[in-house]
Amino acid sequence: MILNLFFMLVIPLLFVGIINKTKAIWAGRKGPSLLQPLFTFLKLLHKQEIHSLSSGHIFRWAPSLALTAVFFAALFVPFGSRQACFGFKGDFFLVMSLLALAKAVLVLAAMDTGSSFEGMGASREISFTAFLEPAFLLIIGSLAYAGGLERIGQLFYRHTVNIYNEWSVIIAVMTALALFIMLLVEGARVPFDDPATHLELTMIHEVMVLDTSGPNLALVHYASALKMQIYASLISYFLIPEGMGTLGITLVFLLGSFSLAVLAGLVESLMPRFRISRNLELVIIPLSVALLVLAALIVHNMGGF
Amino acid sequence: MDHDTQQRNPFIFTFPEPLPLTEFISRISELSSSGYSPLGFFGTPEREILCLMGKAQHVPILLRTAFPAGHCYPSLSVTIPAFHIFERELWEEHGITPEGHPWLKPLRYPAGSPTKMESYPFFSSPSQALHEVGVGPVHAGVIEPGHFRFICQGESIQHLEIQLGYQHRGLAKLMANGDLRSKINLSEAIAGDSAIGHGLAYCIATEALCGAEAGSALKTPRRLALELERIAMHLADLSALAGDIAYLSGQNFFAALRTTIINSSLAICGSRFGKRWLCPGGINYGLNKEQNKTLRTTLLTAEKQIELSAKAMFSSSGVLNRFDSTGCISRKTAQELNMTGITAKAAGLQVDVRADFPAFEEGIFQAEILASGDVYARAYLRYKEIRQSLQMIDFWLSTLPDVKAAAVPLAKPRPNLLALSLVEGWRGRIAHIVKTDQKGNTEFYRIIDPSLHNWFALALAVRNEGISDFPLCNKSFDLSYCGHDL
Repeated sequence: MILNLFFMLVIPLLFVGIINKTKAIWAGRKGPSLLQPLFTFLKLLHKQEIHSLSSGHIFRWAPSLALTAVFFAALFVPFGSRQACFGFKGDFFLVMSLLALAKAVLVLAAMDTGSSFEGMGASREISFTAFLEPAFLLIIGSLAYAGGLERIGQLFYRHTVNIYNEWSVIIAVMTALALFIMLLVEGARVPFDDPATHLELTMIHEVMVLDTSGPNLALVHYASALKMQIYASLISYFLIPEGMGTLGITLVFLLGSFSLAVLAGLVESLMPRFRISRNLELVIIPLSVALLVLAALIVHNMGGF
Repeated sequence: MDHDTQQRNPFIFTFPEPLPLTEFISRISELSSSGYSPLGFFGTPEREILCLMGKAQHVPILLRTAFPAGHCYPSLSVTIPAFHIFERELWEEHGITPEGHPWLKPLRYPAGSPTKMESYPFFSSPSQALHEVGVGPVHAGVIEPGHFRFICQGESIQHLEIQLGYQHRGLAKLMANGDLRSKINLSEAIAGDSAIGHGLAYCIATEALCGAEAGSALKTPRRLALELERIAMHLADLSALAGDIAYLSGQNFFAALRTTIINSSLAICGSRFGKRWLCPGGINYGLNKEQNKTLRTTLLTAEKQIELSAKAMFSSSGVLNRFDSTGCISRKTAQELNMTGITAKAAGLQVDVRADFPAFEEGIFQAEILASGDVYARAYLRYKEIRQSLQMIDFWLSTLPDVKAAAVPLAKPRPNLLALSLVEGWRGRIAHIVKTDQKGNTEFYRIIDPSLHNWFALALAVRNEGISDFPLCNKSFDLSYCGHDL
């Protein structure tokens, strides 16, 4: 439990730090420290907040609510130990709803500012979600279909990749792919979004929090990093064989998360961004992959061909 | 050079007889239909309208008429759209109304104008299906101020209005005040990224008015400076274009290569932007054998690296997906708007001062052009021009003897003459027009930066594009705010 909480607090910002470091090294620069996102987070907590005159009260409390929701959702996902902090049968519905709630309040807050940029960002963000949520539900549902109505953490943990069974490998690879694409979209990373850009008109996630400042901005940064880490955790728990020791689980979790961060960094270094008009076509990929996972699971359960 | 006219760039004119207004207009229409385009059209302090019409390989023609009675005349833009921006300027500066002008509104709000920002006549639509997005005048990052107002239907731009003028420094007046021969620093600041382009245009105009000419040994270093600036700025643009689409490799490689180039300029004249390299009458910094050799090896190494980086960038499908068919300008539009420079050449328009109005006895220069007129063409043409300039520089350096800093002394400018100097800066055609009065003092100094014409083309290029592609289109034009505002 303590381990879970500790990793929940530290790893997400480190995850962002590793992505940035990977990009810097690829570009031939030294780059900022791995802990820079953490320093920025602490710095922002000390800053004064500025509110635009056109914004109402939603704008002020939305970031805290979003973070609470994401944090609460993360408690159901194991972070480095065998069990998550909480869990009950079918808790993935709650997890998904909490993530959706976090997004909903941020979108409301963006529209609350009355800025035309933020309205644009909100509409873009929501249009992606429309395709991502069904994909997530379908994947979890498929795993639940195979492993019984279990806790979300156990669903992934139970589905250890059995390299001697081709269907097991196919399911794992496709689920990991779908989750990784979701990680990139939800984390507002290249090729779907560009966290490094200064061009308001091209932003998606960043533009929604353009007016947010000070502690609220820190909360938004942390919440979005935590959301990425939730996906990274789920993917790394795939790799943990059942019956592994506690230390082994922690090690595989850390190794898995950090490799995913490096992978995300490499994707950003090598790929240009997609056109926003094409993004929607590409966000459908996880949904199609999720359907394939379901098909593979059905075949697997029937004992293969 | 004792005769009062000069038949090649920089051109020297004596004032022709003023024409009656109707003849003035019919002459312009006549010239326009025979392939001439306006190089300048403006009102003078002497209450006259001057018009300079130019055509490749021809001596430009200067026309002159008195301010029309009643301060209005039938607008030329109706039939020749190329005049629309000049007529707005004339209306703003002298209150002369071009009747029937399709879109008459202020250009840059000069000091003392009564017009207020609140009452700026922005185009708007009452439709409920459209929404407006205003960007600027203060932008993120370190870019110049300018206001962009989009009318969008969802993500697609229906209309863009660009309103500039925030950078107006009264430069034309500053250039005209005092001794013409001491304005080199000011001219280099007309647009900081075209220090050499504008500096050179000023230098050759001044030399022509003073009846002097920089020695032929100094011409090659001058052209070299201009091409070096072109290479550096094109590399900066390629880097920024890659940055706009989050293509990190391109962004970093081209930025690093640009540093190599501007550091070469630093090694020669002590300024990375080539400031103080030129001076009226000659050059402030020479190029000895040692520097020549270093520059040549640096450029040869850079050429190979540029080749590799460009190959990687222009073969990446992700990059092509963003560049291809984005922000198209047709050849017809380019011609109608009197566009110049890289954006016009990328649309297939063969306009280049180096070929059309050669200022130096250069060999036959053939401008590179591309036909598609999209972001890809503007990016790829930059790469082609970089290669072309590198080859020219390498050729010059291989034959260049030891050049010492030298300048011919300039006498007082000759009276009652008008000089027109044209330079192909990296952005396009830079025109400086200087007129001396009876005592040889500067009567007026007009500066026409390529951005003046090209800004409107940007507004047309983004129509029906996604609003998220606007920054990319904008960067592919890379126009100057201060060059427009002056």
